[in-house]
Amino acid sequence: MSWQLFLLLVEAARLTVILSVVSIGILGFLLATGVCAATMSQNRLLRGAGRLFVSFFRGVPLLVQLLLIYYFLPSIGLDVPSEVAAIAAMSLCTAAYQAEILRGGFAAVPRGLVEAAEMVGMSRFATFRRIRLPIAFKLTLPGLVNEWTMMLKSSSLVSVVGVVELTRMAQDLAASTYRPLELYAAAGFIYLCINVVVALIGRGLEARLSWGRV
Amino acid sequence: MSFDLGLIVASLPDIARGLGVTLLVWVVCVGLGLALGFLIAVARRSGGRLVNWLLFVPVEVIRGTPFLVQVFLLYYGGPFIGLSLDNLPAGVIALSIYAAAYYSELWRAGFDAIPKGHLEAAACVGMSPVQTMTRIILPEMTTLVLPAMVNMTILMLKETAILSIISVPELTLTVSALGTQNYAFVESFTVLALVYWALVEICGAAGRAAERRLAKYRFA
Repeated sequence: MSWQLFLLLVEAARLTVILSVVSIGILGFLLATGVCAATMSQNRLLRGAGRLFVSFFRGVPLLVQLLLIYYFLPSIGLDVPSEVAAIAAMSLCTAAYQAEILRGGFAAVPRGLVEAAEMVGMSRFATFRRIRLPIAFKLTLPGLVNEWTMMLKSSSLVSVVGVVELTRMAQDLAASTYRPLELYAAAGFIYLCINVVVALIGRGLEARLSWGRV
Repeated sequence: MSFDLGLIVASLPDIARGLGVTLLVWVVCVGLGLALGFLIAVARRSGGRLVNWLLFVPVEVIRGTPFLVQVFLLYYGGPFIGLSLDNLPAGVIALSIYAAAYYSELWRAGFDAIPKGHLEAAACVGMSPVQTMTRIILPEMTTLVLPAMVNMTILMLKETAILSIISVPELTLTVSALGTQNYAFVESFTVLALVYWALVEICGAAGRAAERRLAKYRFA
């Protein structure tokens, strides 16, 4: 396989990275904090809605979610490019997973620490900001990094609706050069590299979060 | 927007056939994946450092790359190295290998979680390696890794949808075809999503029931 082909793949991998950062890191995470807050809320309606969201978006294959959103948006008069449908589907799906990870993290914060914070007179907000949030963040970091790598791999599915990211580029090039073996192997290699970088960043973050062990 | 379920009802036999293929592929791939994953875990544990390393690389490569790319590599790349497979066998092989890589890690975690004392105790009372495996390791490990296994197995059910991309006639492909033929995409994919959702919820409930039943065997 020529160097030019490989560079085309790397170029397309940029879109894969952008899609992941936007949908996993930003939109999905923000949505997840909302969904997590809903599932932990005292309000029964809100809690039910949060659980339904998590159950649905974790229970349906991402491919099906993607196709549903891709065809649903135009049917309600929203003619958006396929990139938008891809980002919407990825954000919704990862939000459900991330919400569960966050919920697990908050549930695992030792009760004694929270009680101690209340004993020394911390307000509810202070307890949240200084005790529960940092500890939960530390506890959920490995899970969130894992979700990143899983979702990054799943982002290959958006090739189906015609978003020319890494997988779609490999597909197009394989069709035009008749060299599927090399191109898909190279695409796999690039995914592997991106995932290794994500894992390393995650490990670096974990090492820097040095506030005690829980 | 109109929502017409008539044509879904009219094509229920087709949908049932697609569902059958999905369930069949799922069961076969989970079975093969569990067995192969177990062999990988045992080999990595007791085969020495070289074997461990030789298996570490493919397992990590499979876990680090998208399943879709693996399927494409096998299905479209295979013929170039003399491996021409139909879409169904190609899909089943790819998914089984993918499952095996993940299951092997779960099995490994299960092995590692068994207290050394239990194995020593088994050796002390004169159990053979096979007895230790069937009476100590397997039952203890099963209760330990069951929740993770159930999760993984549900994940595999959802992965089968990806096989529609190489035209394995499973549920997603069947229902997509209905959508295309009748220009009823929203109806088709809504029904499709609901079917998968129901399947996943049923599996989750079955898994939780199994966990409850096995909970009494848990030692930790």
